[in-house]
Amino acid sequence: MRALFSTSAARVAVVSLAVVVALVLQTTVFPHLAWYGVVPDLVLLVVVAAGLVRGSQFAMVTGFSAGVLLDLAPPADHVAGRWALALLVVGYVAGRVRRDVLPSVGTALATVAACSFLGSSIFLLSGLLLQDTDATVPALLQVVVLAVVWDVVLAAFVVPPVTRALDRLEPESLLR
Amino acid sequence: MRPLRAFGQAPRSSEDGTPPRALVVALVLACASLMLLDRGTESVVDPARQAVGTVVAPAQAGVAGAIRPVVELPGFFRSREQLRAELASLEAENAGLRTEVRTSGYKRNKLLELEGLTSTAESLGYALVPARVVGVGSSQSFTHTVTIDAGSAAGLAPDMTVLNNDGLVGRILRVTRTSATVLLLVDSDSTVGGRIGESMELGFLQGRGVTGGSARLDLELLDQKLVPAKGDTVVSWGSLDENGNAGGPYTAGVPIGQVVSVYASLRESTQRAVIDPFVDFTELDLVGVVVASGSRSDRAVIEADGSLR
Repeated sequence: MRALFSTSAARVAVVSLAVVVALVLQTTVFPHLAWYGVVPDLVLLVVVAAGLVRGSQFAMVTGFSAGVLLDLAPPADHVAGRWALALLVVGYVAGRVRRDVLPSVGTALATVAACSFLGSSIFLLSGLLLQDTDATVPALLQVVVLAVVWDVVLAAFVVPPVTRALDRLEPESLLR
Repeated sequence: MRPLRAFGQAPRSSEDGTPPRALVVALVLACASLMLLDRGTESVVDPARQAVGTVVAPAQAGVAGAIRPVVELPGFFRSREQLRAELASLEAENAGLRTEVRTSGYKRNKLLELEGLTSTAESLGYALVPARVVGVGSSQSFTHTVTIDAGSAAGLAPDMTVLNNDGLVGRILRVTRTSATVLLLVDSDSTVGGRIGESMELGFLQGRGVTGGSARLDLELLDQKLVPAKGDTVVSWGSLDENGNAGGPYTAGVPIGQVVSVYASLRESTQRAVIDPFVDFTELDLVGVVVASGSRSDRAVIEADGSLR
């Protein structure tokens, strides 16, 4: 029982660390590499990775907490809760994929692309609904497409380390 | 190294799959209530933002400092080559300017008189707190904001003017102890009072929400009969805070940009000029924040006469 408790605590610690590192890199390093101003959503990739390994419930809670952090951390200046809602849905969807098929590299990439599209769209549409942004729909679409491309490219560097770290902490892996 | 297929081998116990409906509802409601709470200018979420900023900003400052040598590397090589050529041309320019200064005693005296008049009316006394940009908001959010590594401990407060060597950068939205969030001029929420340098005509500058080479600002003039000329310079006209210090949003006289084109809107019967800002918003690094002269700060302050304090 003690072993189980410590693995779940370690899992939370690993995911929190991954989210914070992703957030800091996303706001400091990647703006220098921005493509038409669009940077990869590293935090979203961490949430997708959590969903692929741990299922919907874990990924939803991760997505919500990571989203709140993304909404509040400087230099964010949009209505708080928008990323929280987007990443909550991303976590749910990424977690559902795992239950249907075993994720291969192709499935993982397809999940990343779908989740990136979904996450960016929910974030931007919520902005339109709350009148938080006055961007036009073509501009939004362009940003969403660029973000999906960025996320798929960066997934190769973010998803495997996070999934491997979480996979090592599975309770069952102690018995194997 | 384990193959990627390994992520599917995780246990499929009933505890981690579908989340209970109550949890889904609770989390969605939490998002909705956050959005509702965070509407309006004085939001109850601001203390939370400040708390998160206090923790995250030092990490951003650390990483930004660590990668700065790498980021500046291409510029270093480029500048080595350019510096020689630039040095020669600058020396020539300097010599020319020196002669001009020697012969312009009369003009200078006239200017001094005028300056004396205005400075008796009000002592502007700008002092600058230097800061570095440590975090940049992405285009995905459609808000153009950056984090700088100076906060309330350096004497900064919301609404202060941020500028750099080239011109006006933006204004401070909120501060934590060690960091501040800056709204850039190009954000579509940003409106600045601008004055055409050549005709002293007043207007309002609105950001378009685009950074990079195509960053532009729209200038709407108050006097609709006036047609600004291409190449005219626009400076801020600014405001003072309630104590009469240069602390209100956008201090006066900071260069903003140049008129690149003028449109006449027949329907609205207004003149709309398009301004190319002097500042390159994609390459922001060292900026200065305008504070009242003699204000307390945790770092060296550049005073109005150019001295460090």
